[in-house]
This record gives sequence, C-alpha cells and structure tokens, in this order.
Amino acid sequence: MATATMADEPTRRDMLFIATGAAAAVGAGSLAWPLVSQMNPDASTIAAGAPIEVDLKAIPEGGIVTVKWRGKPIFVRHRTKKEIDEAVSAKLADLPDPQTDAARAKKPEWLIVIGVCTHLGCIPLGTQGTRGEYDGWFCPCHGSVYDTSGRIRKGPAPKNLEVPAYAFSSDTKLTIG
Amino acid sequence: MSGPSTFVPKSALGRWFESRLPIGGLVHSSFIVYPTPRNLNYWWTFGAILSFMLGAQIITGVVLAMHYTPHVDHAFSSVEHIMRDVNWGWFIRYAHSNGASMFFVAVYIHMLRGLYYGSYKAPREVLWILGVIIYLLMMATGFMGYVLPWGQMSFWGATVITNLFSAIPLVGDSITTWLWGGYSVDNPTLNRFFSLHYLLPFMIAGVVILHVWALHVTGQNNPDGVEVKNVERDTLQFTPYATIKDSFAVVCFMIFYAWFIFYTPNILGDADNYIPANPLSTPAHIVPEWYYLPFYAILRAVPSKLGGVILMFGAIAILAFLPWLDTSRVRSAKYRPMYKVFFWAFVLACLGLGFLGSQPPEGGYTIAARLLTLYYFAFFIVIMPLLGLFETPKPMPATIADAVLGKGGSAAAKH
Ligand code: HEM
Ligand code: FES
Repeated sequence: MATATMADEPTRRDMLFIATGAAAAVGAGSLAWPLVSQMNPDASTIAAGAPIEVDLKAIPEGGIVTVKWRGKPIFVRHRTKKEIDEAVSAKLADLPDPQTDAARAKKPEWLIVIGVCTHLGCIPLGTQGTRGEYDGWFCPCHGSVYDTSGRIRKGPAPKNLEVPAYAFSSDTKLTIG
Repeated sequence: MSGPSTFVPKSALGRWFESRLPIGGLVHSSFIVYPTPRNLNYWWTFGAILSFMLGAQIITGVVLAMHYTPHVDHAFSSVEHIMRDVNWGWFIRYAHSNGASMFFVAVYIHMLRGLYYGSYKAPREVLWILGVIIYLLMMATGFMGYVLPWGQMSFWGATVITNLFSAIPLVGDSITTWLWGGYSVDNPTLNRFFSLHYLLPFMIAGVVILHVWALHVTGQNNPDGVEVKNVERDTLQFTPYATIKDSFAVVCFMIFYAWFIFYTPNILGDADNYIPANPLSTPAHIVPEWYYLPFYAILRAVPSKLGGVILMFGAIAILAFLPWLDTSRVRSAKYRPMYKVFFWAFVLACLGLGFLGSQPPEGGYTIAARLLTLYYFAFFIVIMPLLGLFETPKPMPATIADAVLGKGGSAAAKH
C-alpha cells in the first residue's frame, strides 16, 4: 500500500527532497560565483585603465607614435594624403572585414588603432620597409597584412585592427579611452 | 589481477599496523607480487621513467619556488638571482627547465609505445584516456611554467596562447580578459599562472594514481598483444624482475638527462627568453618550446583563426577516441604488416610537423604543414577504421609463453 502511494503521487518526502536539492544548487552556485569572478580585472587594474592624453603636435605627417594604454600599444598615425587616398579608395568587396575608412577615422589625417594583431595578439610592424604590401602594418608572427586604415587584407587574422574609444579634446590633443 | 592480498607482515608491529591500515598489503600486491608479462621490452620502462620525472619536477620546482618572485618587476631578476646567487641555484633551475623537456621526451615515447602495440584497445580504454588527461595537464603545466621567468618568449608565448581562446565565438574576448585578469598579459596573469603551475603537478600525481590503478585492474599489455592466459607460464613477479629493469632504465635516462643539465643546458630553450619581457615589442619569431611544435604547426597551417584553433585542440582530443577509431582486433603492430607502415609514417609526420612549427609560416613550409596535418588526421579518421577491414594480420602466438619460448618449445619445460 505504502509503495503504491509513493509511486503514484508526490509525498512530503519528495517535496523536501526537491527543495533541499534546489537550495543546495543555489548555494553551490553562489559560492562558485565569487571564485570565478575574482579572476576578472580587479578595481586597481580597471582604474589603471583610465583614459590617457596624447599630444598630436609632436607627430609629423607620415609618422606613427605608439603609446601604451591598458598594457597594449596604441598606434597614433598621422596619415599622408597618399595613405588616406589608399584607405578611402579600397573597394569594400575586397575586404575580409568590410568597413569604410570614414567609419574608422574621425579625422582622415589621424588613424588611431589598438596595435594588437587580431589573430593571436602580436604587435604588427609599422616602420618604413616593414609595413607590408598595403602600406599599413605587417604582423611577423603568422603573416597578417593590414592596410593604411588598419583593416585586415591578407593572412589569418579575422578582423580589422580594433579602434579604441577616442576623442579630440582640442586640435592638438587626443584623449584615448 | 591484483586480487585480495594474502600479505602477512613478519613483525608483530607490522601485523599490528597492517590490521589498522593495510598499506603494506597494497604495496606488496601492487609492486612486489604483481604479475608482469614476461615478454615486456624496454619500451615498457617509460612508465617508471615518467614517475621519476614527475618526482624530479616536483622536488626541483618546490625548491625554485623558495627563491622565485611572481611579480612582473621581479620575476626575471629573481630567476637570474637563482642562477647567480642561490647556492646550487643554477643546477636546480637547469634540472627543472631541462626536466620539463625530458618529461615530454618520455611521455612521447610512452604514448607512441601505446600506439604501436595497441595498448589503448579494450579493455584498456579508460587507462588510455587517463593518460591523455595526464598529457593535457602536462602541456598546461609546461606552458604556465615557461611564463614564469618572464622573458620575451614567456610573455609572447603567453599572449599568443591565451589569445587562442579569443577565437571562441561570442564569449571569446570575455574569456581572454578573464584568463588575463586585465586587458593584456600582465601581473595578475603571472600571479595566477604561478599558483596554477604549483597546483597542476599535484593534480597530475592524482591522475597518475588512477592511471596505475586502472593498469593494475586490466594488467599490462605486451609486445605480442596477447592477454595473459596462465599467470604461472606467462608472467613474472614485479619484484625483482620489473623493479630491476625499471631502475636500470631510469638510471640510463638520468645519464641522458644529466648530459643536458651539465653540458648543454640551454640548447632546448630559446635565447630570446633571456631578454626581459617587453609588452611593446614582439620578437621576430615566436616559437614555443619544442614539445608543442607539431601542434603549433597545425594551428598555423589553417588560414582561419577559429579553424586553426579547432584543429589544434582537435589533434589532441582525437587521441581520446582512438580506442573506437581502431577497428582491428589485433593489438600489436608486430602482427599488423600494413598498420606498421602507416604508424612509422605517422611518427615521421609528427617529426615533420615539429620541424615546420619552428620555421616561419611562409611558402613551401605552409604547404608542407597542410599536407602533414592532413595525414595526421587521416591516420586517425580514415586509416585506423579502414585498416581493420582490409588488413590481413600475421599469425599470432596463442600465449605469451609461446611467443617468448618458441611455440611448444623445450625451453618452456625447463621452467
Ligand atoms: C609537471 C611538472 C612540471 C613541469 C613540466 C614544469 C615545467 C616548468 C618549465 C618549462 C619552467 C620554465 C623553466 C625556464 O625556462 O626557466 C618552469 C619554471 C618554474 N617552475 Fe615548474 N614544472 C613542473 C613542476 C613544478 C612544481 C611542482 C613547482 C613548484 C612547486 C614548480 C615551480 C617552478 C618555478 C618557481 C619556476 C620558475 C623558475 C624558472 O623559470 O626556472 N614547477 N617549470
Ligand atoms: S598574431 Fe599576427 S598573424 Fe598571428
């Protein structure tokens, strides 16, 4: 008799069993949360990642300056007329990650990108003679080639060089972050 | 095979202890009277060599940790301090850094032994998969250890490898940030890698215990791949036979290991790792430690980021499915004429991939890496399943005793 009731309809014991299980699951989850979360960037790391200022007067036309922000190099490139033309005239259909130059540079003469290859994180080369066939950057690690807008053209990298948040606080001052 | 122990300690104190904690019986049944196939060759000594290497890495590692500082500003100089100031520090560090390489030499031989003699087949699937897990943990441990000296290769190796995870769709970037504890590889990364580098070897030790336990349930495979049928005729006691043979092999391996430590301690490393880490300058060629090179070659052979990452991890994961990919009922390659050829071609393909992983990823190198990657996967996914259907095995001995003593041989009668 007793077995029949147990199989057919829930008993008080079933109820207690499920409630205990649910409470244990919530408890385990709320204990796991801090253990997982502690590995994310801490308050001091986030604070050290606050915006930085760059003086644009010091960068001549054709020059690239590398500044460090959040542990990464940021390339600030004062593009020449020729470089801008190359970037603007590229056909979107030729780009693995299509984006217009206007969507990447607020002022055509200034290109600001994070200098981290979107493949596996090496720093692409940008000095004269090492820029690769699109005049932009060349990543020596696995051979990704970027153009003068920092867009990926060839190689294993899937995406364009990332554009960080930035603003021109005056004609000669740039804020990154 | 190990059955309930009949071990009775000789002394009264021993018997008193044994009835409270039967550890003597455990050792006796596992390492003294445990029956080992009498046809085992020297390829079967690498398990003992691996146990020795794990011990060596833990002892030298714990000592290094007494002098090492896991901080981006001090890590590099604390390793130099170990090399120059700490008594015998150079020796301990070279023993540890070359020890990692020796560990991988031994594990690769051990794994190829299993592949050649079919040791992954029923009933040893769990034993084999535990081995694959140990190998994965070793790779993670070696990778994190290499980051600790905080040289250029440490830093850029860590950057490239952690960025592999950014290939995961949608959550990739959050996972990478979580692994780093920041926006790039930095002090939080170094700290957690040190913590995990200390932890993982002890996890390896735990899995090794399960691995040996599984081994002692099914018994060892052997060069002829026939199961033990008659314990009297087919096996020898672990002690003294295996104990002495294993010890001899360990000593020979120690000579090989010592040669690296004392005569050419940096040949397996990369000179760039003696340059302090610089987050703003990538070395011209990022090359991982030699033991990861075949996988690095596979990663780079694929012209797509996600594709490369999937194939690289797939190349390791596929090992776990080996017991079900191989359809042949014969274990040992000794009796599989066609498999033997494909096996050696596979060894060459791995060595070839290793070489290509150390070369720049351009032109002919990339093409060669693609061909060898194709063979690597075809070996497991195409050749293994088909061979079982098409290959005619050679005649096999009925028992281990027959194999050793010649069929029905008179030598058997002597014993
Ligand atoms: C599975 C076993 C282990 C492997 C494969 C391994 C591997 C490595 C490798 C490849 C390095 C870099 C060596 C160099 O280039 O300088 C290293 C460094 C280090 N390891 Fe380990 N290790 C193991 C166990 C341990 C243990 C158990 C500890 C500590 C408790 C430890 C502590 C250290 C320390 C402090 C360093 C930094 C000093 C140095 O770079 O020489 N290791 N390890
Ligand atoms: S990291 Fe730049 S091409 Fe791979």
